Amino acid sequence: MNNALNPQALLSVEKVSVDLPTARGNLRAVDQVDLKLAPGQTLGIVGESGCGKTMLSRAILQLLPKKAKLSGRVIFDGQDLTQLDPESLRKLRGRSLAVVFQDPMTSLNPVLTIGSQLMETVQEHLGLDAAAARQRSLKLLAEVGIPAPEQRLKQYPHQLSGGMRQRVAIAIALSCEPKLLIADEPTTALDVTIQAQILDLLAREQRRRHMTMILITHDLGVVAGRTDETVVMYGGRVVERAPTAVLFKQMLMPYTEALLAAIPRIEAPPHTRLPAISGRPPDPTQPMRGCSFSPRCRYADMRCRNEKPALLGTDRPDHTYACFHPISIAAGADA
Amino acid sequence: MTVPAVPAVSVQRRPLLDVQDLVVEYFVGGHTVHAVSGVSLQVARGETLGLVGESGCGKSTLGRAVLQLRRANSGRVVFDGQDLTAMREDAIRRMRQRVQLIFQDPIASLNPRRRIGDIVAEPLLIAGVKDAAERDKRVREALTAVGLDPEFVAGRLPHEFSGGQCQRISIARALVLNPDFIVCDEPVSALDVSIRAQILNLLEDMKARYGLTLLFIAHDLAVVKAVSDRVAVMYLGRLCEVAPAAQLFEQPAHPYTALLIEAIPHPDPEVRPTESVPAGEPPSPIAPPSGCRFRTRCPRADQRCASEMPELRPIAPEQYVACHHPLLPESSKLQ
Repeated sequence: MNNALNPQALLSVEKVSVDLPTARGNLRAVDQVDLKLAPGQTLGIVGESGCGKTMLSRAILQLLPKKAKLSGRVIFDGQDLTQLDPESLRKLRGRSLAVVFQDPMTSLNPVLTIGSQLMETVQEHLGLDAAAARQRSLKLLAEVGIPAPEQRLKQYPHQLSGGMRQRVAIAIALSCEPKLLIADEPTTALDVTIQAQILDLLAREQRRRHMTMILITHDLGVVAGRTDETVVMYGGRVVERAPTAVLFKQMLMPYTEALLAAIPRIEAPPHTRLPAISGRPPDPTQPMRGCSFSPRCRYADMRCRNEKPALLGTDRPDHTYACFHPISIAAGADA
Repeated sequence: MTVPAVPAVSVQRRPLLDVQDLVVEYFVGGHTVHAVSGVSLQVARGETLGLVGESGCGKSTLGRAVLQLRRANSGRVVFDGQDLTAMREDAIRRMRQRVQLIFQDPIASLNPRRRIGDIVAEPLLIAGVKDAAERDKRVREALTAVGLDPEFVAGRLPHEFSGGQCQRISIARALVLNPDFIVCDEPVSALDVSIRAQILNLLEDMKARYGLTLLFIAHDLAVVKAVSDRVAVMYLGRLCEVAPAAQLFEQPAHPYTALLIEAIPHPDPEVRPTESVPAGEPPSPIAPPSGCRFRTRCPRADQRCASEMPELRPIAPEQYVACHHPLLPESSKLQ
C-alpha cells in the first residue's frame, strides 16, 4: 500500500478478510482490505448496505460474530488486536478504542440510569472514586450538549429522545479519552437537524481531543465536509480511496460517481430524474470472477466481467482505485 | 379557534383532497398528545404535495387521518367532494379503493407468510373482484409496471426479496386497484441511496402513467423536493409554510424551513458544513409551547410569538407562512 503520508499509523489494517458461514454457503463480507490511519486523522468509509463497511469496523474492534473467520492483521497502537486475549481487548475497547453505533440502545443498558452507566465506565477504566466519577460524568454530559446534566444522570435511556441518547452514547465513548473513535452510521436513525448537530459534535470533539476517527456511512454527503480521507467500499472491497476533497473533485471509480449522482440534489429543480444505479449490490455468497460492480456499471466490458481489477495508485500516492475504465470528471454541482 | 382556510390559489378546479382544520389528538399514559392541531391543506388532481417535518411532528398521523385509519377529533377530510370524516365504515372501505398507502418499512408491511402474488391480489379480493383470472391478470400488470417479473416473483415469499424489491411489491399492491390517490409515508427512508433513486423514479413514472395524485411524506427535504410540486412544512402538529417546491428552497419564509434546508448535508467538500444548526430538539407534543410552537428553537422569537399563534397567511404568490417574523419581506401586491 502506498501510504507515505502515514509514517506512524495509529491503526493499520493489513489484508483483512472476514468470512461468515451461512446456509447458502460462505459469505465473504470483507475481502482483503488494507487501511492505514495516522493519529488525529478522520476517515470516512462509504458504501451501501452489505458492502462490508460494518463488518470491517467489527473486525477492527474484534467484535465479529462468533462464527466469523477473520484473516489478516489489525495493528492498533503497536499491538496486533487479532492476537490479544479477550480480557486485554475488553480493557482496550473501553479506553483507547471506542465505538458509537447507529442505534444508541446497542450500547446503552435500558434498565440502568444514564448516571450509573457513565460513572461505571469512568470508574472501571480510569479508576476514579464515586465523587470524581460523578463530576467527570457531569462534565462529559455538558460537553456533548446535554442540557440539565444533573437531572439526566438520574434518568433512564427511554426517557430521552433519540438524539439525546446518541449524545449519551457519545459521552460514554469519549469518557476515557479514546485514541480511536469508530462511529458506525451514528446519525442514520436521526432527523436531519439532529444529524447535523451530532455530526458537528463529533467533529468538534475530534478536533479538540486530537482523536482519530472513522465515520462509517452510506451517505457521501455526510463525509463530504467532515473527513480528511474517504474510502468507498463495494462488495467487501475497497474500490476507491482518496483525500476527501480529491475524491469529490476527481473520482475515478464509476461506482463512486454513480453513488454521488443518485443523491437528490437540493439545487436541482423538482421532478429532476435521478440517475439511479440499476440492479442491486452483488450477493456476497456468490463470488464473482470479475469486478463486482460490473453488472451495474455502464462502462463495463468483457475484461471487467472476467478479471478482478486490483487497487492501483495514481500519480497521487494517496489516491487509489480498482477499475479498468476509470472516469475522471469534475464532480460536484454538475454531477 | 378559527383557522382560515388557505385559499386554493394553485388549485384551479376543486381539489381532489381538501383537508380542513384537522385536529387529531390521542391519549398516552394519561396525557393528551397534540399530534395534528388544526391543519388545512389541499392537493390538486395530478399534483404531488410533499409533507416534510421531523419525527413526531404529526406528518404520519396526518397521512393516516386522511385515509381514516385514524379518526380525527375535529375538522374535515374532503376527498373528491365527499367528506370522509362523516362517512360510515362501509362507505370508507369502498372509498379506500381509490386511496392507497405505501409505508416506510417495505419488509414489515408485507405479510411474511403469504406469497407475493396473494399479497398484491388482496386489495382486489377485498374490493370484490371475484374472477380469479381477472385478478391474476391485474396482479401481473401491476408487478410488471413496477419492474418485477410476475413469473419469477408471484410464487415467492417476502423474505426472498431485498428492501428495494419489497418496496416495489408494496407499490404494486397500492396500484392494483388503479387508485386516484396514494399517501406515501416515508417510502424511501429505509432504503440505500442507489435503491432510493430507483424507487423515487418509479413513483414518478407510476404517477405519470396512472395519473396519480400523491401525498408524499418524508423527513428529507432533498427527497421531497425531487418529487413534489408543492411542499408543506410541518412542525409539532401545525403547518409552518406551504409553497411551490422550487420557491420554498429559493426563498424560505419560515425560520424552521430555513433550518431544515441548512441541515441537509451537501455532497460537496467545498461546502463547509455550517455549525449554525441551533441546539435543541422539538418539544414534546404533550405540552407544545404557547403561541408559535417553533418559538423555543427560533432565533427570531419574541414576546409576541409566545402569546399569539401565527396563522398561515400569504407572503408571496402561492406561498403561505405561519410566522410573525418571516424571512421574506411582506409583499403589498398580494391580495
